[in-house]
Amino acid sequence: MVTNVSNLGRSGVYAWVVQRSSAVILLAYSLFILGCFVFHPDMNYEQWKAIFFSNAIRIFSLITLLALCGHAWIGMWTISTDYLTSRQIGSSATFLRLAFQTFCVLLILIYLIWGIQIFWNME
Amino acid sequence: MLVSIYRYNPETDDKPRMQDVEVEIPAGKDLMVLDVLELAKRQDQSVAYRRSCREGVCGSDGMNINGTNGLACITPISEVVKPGKKLVLRPLPGLPVIRDLVVDMSIFYKQFEKVKPYLITDTPAPVMERLQSPEDREKLDGLYECILCACCSTNCPSFWWNPDKFIGPAGLLQAYRFLADSRDTATVERLAGLEDPFSVFRCRGIMNCVAVCPKGLNPTRAIGHIRSMLIRHGA
Repeated sequence: MVTNVSNLGRSGVYAWVVQRSSAVILLAYSLFILGCFVFHPDMNYEQWKAIFFSNAIRIFSLITLLALCGHAWIGMWTISTDYLTSRQIGSSATFLRLAFQTFCVLLILIYLIWGIQIFWNME
Repeated sequence: MLVSIYRYNPETDDKPRMQDVEVEIPAGKDLMVLDVLELAKRQDQSVAYRRSCREGVCGSDGMNINGTNGLACITPISEVVKPGKKLVLRPLPGLPVIRDLVVDMSIFYKQFEKVKPYLITDTPAPVMERLQSPEDREKLDGLYECILCACCSTNCPSFWWNPDKFIGPAGLLQAYRFLADSRDTATVERLAGLEDPFSVFRCRGIMNCVAVCPKGLNPTRAIGHIRSMLIRHGA
């Protein structure tokens, strides 16, 4: 068995399930947004706010945001362990990979917090 | 016909080069790529490649033929070269070149070894043989026929990036061959060795392996079965 420390949950099965289930959530949310545009072609700001202000949609948005973060992290982690390896770029790979992964984690956290502020601070 | 052959001797050459050889194809005949290579070798004896059975059974002459991996001995030139175009032969991609078309397959065999490609059982040895119902035996069809030519694994980008961690389609086909075997009792141990993020889960299902397998096998399907077993086992 191949061991690793930086992966979420350290199990391929776990990461696979998270990746697939988060994809389904993201698809559902994308269809919901698309539906909003299709069924309310001339929606104004007040109507838009009313939809996203409702508690159910706020929860749906937050779940989607969390799914997006998990999905993005697994994807970026996979990319970094495919291309940023000593086989590809030599001895500096471990440092570069960890730096890249740290950068991704920070960026994802910033987007998460920012997203929560946007969805939950609406008046 | 013009044949372009990858030439590289790591001991004497700085970098690989392509050598063009003009080969006379007997009129009205559709030769196999290996036959063309043999004709080319008559002109330059120093070309190195592996070959043995010349009928697609031993798996020695896997190589990259006009951009696609395949066995030279069972690939007709009419299938890979358009009329008037040249035949380009390169070693299997992703593995270190020992010389010309001969690659070092150690890492490929190491991954094969990892899946313990032999029957593990805790039941007492029977007097004659371990029996299997025809239905159970049928489950191994499409799995046991692999000849380990490495055409699939060396056509897989995930194997190119992580050949030391990702088992690759050939090894995983064998892993499932023993997971699916009704006589094998080490299913749990086998699955435990595969649940990390690399061994199985680097497969992204692009099916390059299926596209090139000279025996017409389907490693992607076997990997899907392993994944389902891992999820059932872990959930």
